[in-house]
Amino acid sequence: MALGLAALLIWQGFIFLRDTDLPRLLVALLAIGGSGVLMTLVYVATDAVLHALPPAWTRRLQPLPFVLPGMVMVGYFVALPMVRTFIASLFSRDGSVFVGLANYVTLFTEPFMLVTFRNNLLWLIFGAGLTVAFGLLIAALADRSRHEKLVKSVIFMPMAISLVGAGIIWKFIYAVKDTSEPQIGLLNAIVVAFGGEPEAWIQLIQPWNNLFLIVIVVWLQTGYAMVLFSAAIKSVPSDLLEAARIDGASEARIFFSIVVPHIRPTLIAVTATVVIFTLKIFDIVLVMTGGQFGTDVIATQFYNQYFVNRNAGLGSAIAIVLLAAVVPVIVYNLRHFSRSEPL
Amino acid sequence: MTVTTKRRPSPRAALSGIALALLCLLWLLPTVGLLVSSFRTADDVRSTGWWTVLPHRDWRTVATIEPGKDIDRNGIMEFAGVSGTFEELRAGLVAADGRRVIWLGNRRLGTVQVQELQWKSNLSLTVSNYENVLTGKQYEITNERGVTETLRGDDLSNAFLNSLAVTLPSVLLPLVVGAFAAYGFAWVRFPGRTALFALVVTLLVVPLQISLVPVLSDYVRIDLNGTYLAVWLAHAGFGLPLAIYLLYNYIASLPRELLEAAMVDGASHLTIFWRIVVPLSGPILASYAIFQFLWVWNDYLVALIFIGSQPNVQVLTMRLAEIVGSRGNDWHLLTAGAFVSMILPFAIFFALQRHFVRGLTAGSVKS
Repeated sequence: MALGLAALLIWQGFIFLRDTDLPRLLVALLAIGGSGVLMTLVYVATDAVLHALPPAWTRRLQPLPFVLPGMVMVGYFVALPMVRTFIASLFSRDGSVFVGLANYVTLFTEPFMLVTFRNNLLWLIFGAGLTVAFGLLIAALADRSRHEKLVKSVIFMPMAISLVGAGIIWKFIYAVKDTSEPQIGLLNAIVVAFGGEPEAWIQLIQPWNNLFLIVIVVWLQTGYAMVLFSAAIKSVPSDLLEAARIDGASEARIFFSIVVPHIRPTLIAVTATVVIFTLKIFDIVLVMTGGQFGTDVIATQFYNQYFVNRNAGLGSAIAIVLLAAVVPVIVYNLRHFSRSEPL
Repeated sequence: MTVTTKRRPSPRAALSGIALALLCLLWLLPTVGLLVSSFRTADDVRSTGWWTVLPHRDWRTVATIEPGKDIDRNGIMEFAGVSGTFEELRAGLVAADGRRVIWLGNRRLGTVQVQELQWKSNLSLTVSNYENVLTGKQYEITNERGVTETLRGDDLSNAFLNSLAVTLPSVLLPLVVGAFAAYGFAWVRFPGRTALFALVVTLLVVPLQISLVPVLSDYVRIDLNGTYLAVWLAHAGFGLPLAIYLLYNYIASLPRELLEAAMVDGASHLTIFWRIVVPLSGPILASYAIFQFLWVWNDYLVALIFIGSQPNVQVLTMRLAEIVGSRGNDWHLLTAGAFVSMILPFAIFFALQRHFVRGLTAGSVKS
């Protein structure tokens, strides 16, 4: 009976939250309170049902109330969509005609898609590369500084800023005005101060304008790389470093021969995370250029094709390409998991 | 015996100190520029760089000369003891006494100004940008040519509340559901546990673009699209793999004796979960909550797809992106608006940095 009540509550709650016109904050609070009550109710109800069953079944079904709601949501929102999106990618723009791999052929032959892939490559090489490099450099420098905490806070701070906000910050830096007026963008002001001509940086000579967008993400996520590298560097045994120093090894030598090999697992993990983040980059490009001037990336192209051009088939195919790109990381994660997990 | 650390040679320490200082400056400047600009008047933001609030030497006009009609504007002209062609004067000529003579405006109607280098700073600050961008009221600005425009601000206070209404349930939902699931994986033995958890690990890095197409089509079918419930559920679903993974790592490492003692006493899993596991997992729950909060608050894509184009329900990131698109040169509004969107993340970030960093460290793929 409790189960039935819970189901009724879910259904009514759903209808209410979907159709309500109450002030949104009140609704949000209601949802928070309601979901807490509801979840407890679901668990209590299932638990009661379980204990009414024969003991063997109780034991077997015990995990259900704990794991089921989460797995249903993960299944519906993440696992199942992989299959559904793949199927959609084999159909025409409105999903009515089966077209086989035609969308993928379009994807890898259309000039606008090739520009997109080239840009993503730039993002990967420069975006992920510079983030890891700066993160490592700052972590290594800060490790021996008296102001380590301050430095880390400063570098880490942009992590709290949204990509849209960061886009505004940097668009302002790249702002360009006519030569007869004072420049209000920092970059052009510096260029003019050194006798140069102001440029419209993000529209500039393609494809290098992409670099001016990439810088933003390096600025944003270097803090993440730095924090993890810093924790890893601190775990290098100090007697190892002492021994190397007594032997007269140079600091650079110590860093590359002792520290870097020691933090290799972190290096791989951070690189993978940064690569995935960079691969999915979307907000920055949409805010800065809207994908114009040859700056489209896979994620903006996905948005264009699916939501602007209403081409569900091609959009899905692009999403699948994005998924394919992270498969190596998935495999790595799984391997790591199966090795470390004594389940 | 103690090993004495050889002191590093000081030039190298100084060098790395300077490098660090420069890097910090580089990382801070963009945000500082935004913050300073957001407090400058609209005219100032449009006409001069934000760094001019600092004291600097700049040319100040001390006298204005009307060239007069009869002067030959195509030949050499002389003003205030300096002579040159129109082009030279246009670029500015510096006299022996340090004054500068410069032609402003076009050849026919322009004036000649005599200027001196003086210390000054454009330090007139205001909070009116914030008023305008938060309340959406009309305001007037007068540009350097003396033309007054009436502009409308933006209703970001409404968007701020929308962001809050979207974010709070989107954080709490995956937190609670994820904690239950993590406990189930960590402390309840059942067949298929490893396989299911492997699925969670697999899904950790799946790009959310994969989900948007099918989920949106379902939402449209059940008339859910454009509601906050739609966004809450989507954020919860997308955030759950990380929640389960992160919380699992922590909950699985709780001392076994503690839980077994309770089990021997006849406590049910539900009791153990609420009475023992949740209170002990405070730090990791906080870490995930911060993580998810920053993610949802700063999210643009999910909101863009599921909330739609009604301005009164849009969240901050959407409104800001829209102002960038429609009024991209209104830097006084954009800078203030961007800062409005950052206040809450910054507050949480600086208050709870420790938890956030722990979450990041725990969430990195290596366990």
